[in-house]
Amino acid sequence: MANARIKIPDSVKRGEVFEIRLLIRHPMETGFRYNNIGQKIPKNIVKTVTCRYNGEEIFQAELFPGIAANPYLSFFTTAEASGELEFVWTDDAGVTRSEQVALTVSK
Amino acid sequence: MICAKPNMLPRRQVLAGILVSPFLALLKVRPAFAIPEKLSLLIREATGGIQPKTGRVTLTLPTLAESGNSVRLKVQVDSLMTAEEYVQSIHILSEKNPRPVIARFSLGPRAGRAEVSTRIRLAGTQQVVAVAVMNDGTAWMAMAEVVVTAAACVEGS
Repeated sequence: MANARIKIPDSVKRGEVFEIRLLIRHPMETGFRYNNIGQKIPKNIVKTVTCRYNGEEIFQAELFPGIAANPYLSFFTTAEASGELEFVWTDDAGVTRSEQVALTVSK
Repeated sequence: MICAKPNMLPRRQVLAGILVSPFLALLKVRPAFAIPEKLSLLIREATGGIQPKTGRVTLTLPTLAESGNSVRLKVQVDSLMTAEEYVQSIHILSEKNPRPVIARFSLGPRAGRAEVSTRIRLAGTQQVVAVAVMNDGTAWMAMAEVVVTAAACVEGS
């Protein structure tokens, strides 16, 4: 199953401001919960999320246990050139994942 | 005896009291922006010591959330988002969560629009604050109260 769902417009005009929506599959364990035999469930939070547009960082988020499970983020950027949007995120367990989506910019 | 009431309050005083009582509540002085101390410390930490002014930030949260496990949040900052004027970072802080810092977003002139949405957890009815730090060194904030029916992060949840 996919690790994340990313939604961007099918095509954007150059100079247009468009929305990027990202939904990461992650339990976002707060570290405050216990399992059914009384052991603390270790904290596991997606700590950082970075979005790069053709290699240039356009958005970065630092997340904490106050973010709901399966973190959802929506933000904006200006279309400049066709290319790739890269999303990278790291959690407390040290797992880093990334997803790429192609962006088509028309004149 | 029912009709013997020598110690009772005179009828006039009682009636006057009833008439005045609703207005007493209006006399209570309440500052328009009472920021809890814990929050104001966090705000200063987020801005690096700058006292943010109220305004330019719009924080959209439901007034009532049935579950604190997922509450939708939207922050918009009134900024041109050009190379000369842009939002550097947005901080989301809570009053009563065990981890009061909820998120930090780093933006730049490439964002085009200073708007971020996410879903947050809330441990009970409380104030939520969004602070935006601009590139010119000023900071702006907005506060919203959310009534949470079932809190997140309570034991056993």
